[in-house]
Amino acid sequence: MQEDDLRGLIGRVKNGSMSRRAFVRRMAAVGFTAPMATQLLAMTGAANAQSTAASVPAYGGTRRGGGGHLKILYWQASTLLNPHFAAGTTNQDASRVFYEPLAGWSADGTLQPILAAEIPSIENGGLAQDGRSVTWKLKRGVKWHDGQDFSADDVVFNWEYARSPQVATVTSGSYRDVNVVKVDDFTVRVEFQAPTPFWADAFVGSIGMIIPRHLFRDFAGANSRDAPTNIRPVGTSAYRLQSFAPGDLLRAELNPNYHMNNRPFFDSMEIKGGGDAASAARAVLQTADFDYAWNLQVEDAILQRLEAAGRGRVNVIDGGNIEFVQLNAADPNREVEGERAHPNSRHPAFQDPAVRQAMALLIDRQALTQHIYGRGGPATPNFLNNPPRFRSPNMRMEFSVERANQILDQAGWVRGSDGIRAKDGVRLRFVYQTSVNSPRQRTQAIYKQAAQRAGIDLELKSVVASVFFSSDVANPDTYMKFWADMQMYTTTMPQADPQRFMNQYVSWEMAQRSNSWQGRNILRWKNDEYDAAFRAAEGELDPVKRAALFIRMNDLIVGSNHVIPLVMRPAVSGSVNNLRHVLSGWDQTMWMIQDWWRQT
Amino acid sequence: MTQYLIRRLLIAIPSIFGISIVLFTVLALAPGDPFEELATNPAVPPDVRAALRQSLGLDDPVHVRYIAWLTSMLRGDWGYSFVSRIPVDQLIVQRIPTTLYVIGLSQLVALAIALPVGVYAATRPYSIFDQIANTLAFIGFSLPTFFTGLLLILLFSIYLDWLPFVYRTNIEATGWRWWWEQFRQSIMPIMVLGLFQGAAWTRFVRSAVLDVIRLDHVTTARSKGLPEGKITMRHVVRNAMIPVVTLVALQMPAVFGGAIVTEQIFRVPGIGSLLISAILANDTPVIMAVTFVFACLVIFFNLLADILYGWLDPRISYR
Amino acid sequence: MAGSTPASATASASPRPLTSPWSEAWRRFRKHKLAVISAVLLGFLILAVLFGPLVWRVPINDIDFSVILQGPSLAHPLGTDDLGQDLLARMLYGGRISLAVGFTAMLVAVSVGILIGAIAGLAGGKTDAALMWLTDLFLSLPQLPLLLLIIFLFRDTLKAIVGPELGVFILIVIIIGLFNWMQVARLVRAQFFSLREKEFVEAARALGASRFRLALRHILPNSLGPVIVAATIDVAAAIIAESTLSFLGLGFPPDIPTWGRLLFDARDHLDFAPHWALFPGLAIFLTVLTINFVGDGLRDALDPRRVV
Repeated sequence: MQEDDLRGLIGRVKNGSMSRRAFVRRMAAVGFTAPMATQLLAMTGAANAQSTAASVPAYGGTRRGGGGHLKILYWQASTLLNPHFAAGTTNQDASRVFYEPLAGWSADGTLQPILAAEIPSIENGGLAQDGRSVTWKLKRGVKWHDGQDFSADDVVFNWEYARSPQVATVTSGSYRDVNVVKVDDFTVRVEFQAPTPFWADAFVGSIGMIIPRHLFRDFAGANSRDAPTNIRPVGTSAYRLQSFAPGDLLRAELNPNYHMNNRPFFDSMEIKGGGDAASAARAVLQTADFDYAWNLQVEDAILQRLEAAGRGRVNVIDGGNIEFVQLNAADPNREVEGERAHPNSRHPAFQDPAVRQAMALLIDRQALTQHIYGRGGPATPNFLNNPPRFRSPNMRMEFSVERANQILDQAGWVRGSDGIRAKDGVRLRFVYQTSVNSPRQRTQAIYKQAAQRAGIDLELKSVVASVFFSSDVANPDTYMKFWADMQMYTTTMPQADPQRFMNQYVSWEMAQRSNSWQGRNILRWKNDEYDAAFRAAEGELDPVKRAALFIRMNDLIVGSNHVIPLVMRPAVSGSVNNLRHVLSGWDQTMWMIQDWWRQT
Repeated sequence: MTQYLIRRLLIAIPSIFGISIVLFTVLALAPGDPFEELATNPAVPPDVRAALRQSLGLDDPVHVRYIAWLTSMLRGDWGYSFVSRIPVDQLIVQRIPTTLYVIGLSQLVALAIALPVGVYAATRPYSIFDQIANTLAFIGFSLPTFFTGLLLILLFSIYLDWLPFVYRTNIEATGWRWWWEQFRQSIMPIMVLGLFQGAAWTRFVRSAVLDVIRLDHVTTARSKGLPEGKITMRHVVRNAMIPVVTLVALQMPAVFGGAIVTEQIFRVPGIGSLLISAILANDTPVIMAVTFVFACLVIFFNLLADILYGWLDPRISYR
Repeated sequence: MAGSTPASATASASPRPLTSPWSEAWRRFRKHKLAVISAVLLGFLILAVLFGPLVWRVPINDIDFSVILQGPSLAHPLGTDDLGQDLLARMLYGGRISLAVGFTAMLVAVSVGILIGAIAGLAGGKTDAALMWLTDLFLSLPQLPLLLLIIFLFRDTLKAIVGPELGVFILIVIIIGLFNWMQVARLVRAQFFSLREKEFVEAARALGASRFRLALRHILPNSLGPVIVAATIDVAAAIIAESTLSFLGLGFPPDIPTWGRLLFDARDHLDFAPHWALFPGLAIFLTVLTINFVGDGLRDALDPRRVV
């Protein structure tokens, strides 16, 4: 689709001759839909031409309450209920039961107003033409669970709270570089330092949950951890707290004063935590003891057998998470200036493009999908897969041991007496590390076998996840240090915008000793064109040009074969047959908990 | 005796102190930090993580952190959990009733199996009863609890659908029904642990009793014409109790410490599951608190065992 | 020993001419039928894992998606796992490590335990207090963080010195051993406390036996009962512990199928492919069973008080 066609379509949406939904569908047909569609329309002044309500399935409840008890199972237990301290998904989800953001992301990537009266757009005056500010109008008549009124002061307070270094919140990255101004009691304006294409960050989705000013005001400094409300939340949501045992059980009951009609359906709900994913799947799919089980990271073959019991179903929700392999650009086995994998060093084997290309040919992605990940891991040739309008059409995936052998033969890598190829004293023997996780160990086994047939020996290494993913400087086994030849893990994409996702390969983000390995570019890969494309995308307000830049970045990093994408990791969950829920790959499981109901 | 007791208690104080230093050092030096999930989340800039580390004091030298811990501990402040941001003692107290109930009962089950079966098997070594008891015991401790637990779940929860396999702390029932539900949900974890422990203890009891039966004073008693049952009870069992008391004392701290694997399988919210999730999240204040209490219990129960030796065998002198 | 007569049901009290102690022991061992059968079975297990891979030449990591999770058949006598790998080949290969780790870790645990327990039990006083402090310390150490620390501190060093495989093996054996000696130590010490006041020890002491001789010849053999039991339990525990370690990234690389690891991998497939778990479970059970009976037989054979 050409830029002009797109503009034509946007024009039709604007003048009302085309519905917003139809527009999104048209774009999908050309590989262009997206959660970003709303933003695209919004930036061009066409958002909210129609109501956004249609992006979310119709709510089937007819009155508040009377739905009985809802039982949810998480194999990781929540430990605290303050969204600004919630380091992981579990705690964010649990917080979302009580707290709400101004807006959330629906599955098709449109913004759904929750505490906002409407989604800002250029025509309703919410978005500034120059991309430097966004103004949110708040819903009126919203009350906190304790009866106090919700207002703009609460929103402004959340910005102050989240950005405060003394409070040390997890969400500070989204708040510290913006300025938030109270316009009136029900209007706030978020101001950016530069034109910002991705404006729906602060106060939106998982980082946007609003906590009450009147209860946290006295705990907005170094004493933040003393706040009793950290585990006894008072929010605006459809359910209010009944009891909370950290690491075990969360119980909530219907909020009779909830600000949306006829909601919620259930009189009470609980989230039980702990255990393992496989038995959580059993408890929902096989015995129906629970209504919903979160994040079923279980081999798909097992899930299919459990589903055969006929009591529940598996939900697969697309997102941007990707399981991939990195081939180190730096040399992890030699010290340069006293530092292993120094950005200035070159990996002795992987500096040869032939070796990288061979490595990319040696992983059978289709087999991974078919035999390990199933519905939870569709094979992909791209690093950036979603939202679909950022997905590159240029990359191919191929599995061919013969071609790998051919390429290595041509490049002069000769098999030694032990069958391992070598050239100029460099042997193709690589340490391949990942975190401890059953599908990953199986992937390692599959990769190793194929590599063996091409004269490459892989030494498998698995590190326990809490060590592998820690940021602890003294530890040699972290993925950030990447003191191995190759490694594999999943990187998550929590937002429907690739900017924070694609900064993983810019040269100024290189992880090294001088920044305590805190940089995002752990591959230590450097490419001037990539850097330039990223810089351009940061300030590009034209969504079409911006998408093209991100696609180019994907092609550069994947084309270098330093990054070998394996499978996408959509969110997989299980629910009993009669449960109706609203899930989204761009927001949290509980993002629309007020709309969950049971069909009888 | 009293003097011995006082001396031992006085020794216990520096022991606990020393152990706390070692524990703290191990935990402080062990790799990892509580921000695993932030790591792969591109929305969280690395320097936010660094700031979080600093705010929790993770970057301070070990001795500074130890002294801070010790001084607040002496004031009765157990510290704050990194991941829950609530006081550690609250977290622990919440878990104690369930732990005592499930693990305590399982240890009682283990004893109730091990003592009679072990003694009876030893008085008739190599009889049919002994052979069966032994074989079952070997199966019992050669299969790990993660495996037997799953086996029981498949059998009783999935195929027979008799018992629930998710432990709930909020049973909505009263009176007899509550007790019945409580029984139904705890019988599997209790049996898994009880049988595993019971299997090992049965072997120990049997061997201890066999050893004593061969000893001189039993023969003397027998030659005096005392009835066999009385000999077994008074002379044999009492002496054979020494290893048993040793083992039980070793196991008692676990009643507080919980059983990590079993609690995980059945989702029992005990201290064991608190400890493992704290360890996996590198929540040092929680790990430190639990292991420290555990260490105190280890010292206490081993001391208790030493005292019991003297009661079981008056000839053991305290030196 | 003076005054000691057999009380065991299998014992018979007919005096026999004196023979050398070793042949005497062997004669007694043979009498213990279960022990003999067990010794044969254990020997078979050991031979199987040592030479089995030479006979059954299917590669352990040959992935074949067309034969996933199949039960025992002629082509795969013990069936296949979820990648279609041959379980017999994996069991034989992994068994070497499981058995080696099980035995050596047990030996480490038992010998450290006996040493510390015996010294503490014999010496008493300050030595006892110090050693028991050490025992309490080890009992209260949280294993997981300590393991992570050990991996982190020593893995690369040890790998560099003795090579990857041997380095990992030594590390695993030492770690498992170091976490399991405390029970043996406390048991031996308690037995020493009790036994050192018994008549026969008093008698030996009165006859002027040295402390060392007293411990070695008179007290220790009589305190071995619980130690043998602890040893068999330790073998099982070590085989399982090895698999836990490899999950922490400390053990052997994840593609080496030790018995504990096979059992762990099989658990989610238990209801659909029970054979996967059955065989490693059975192997661990047989090892424990046979070691125990051999242990019993040896103890009976070497028991100084026993006249068979």
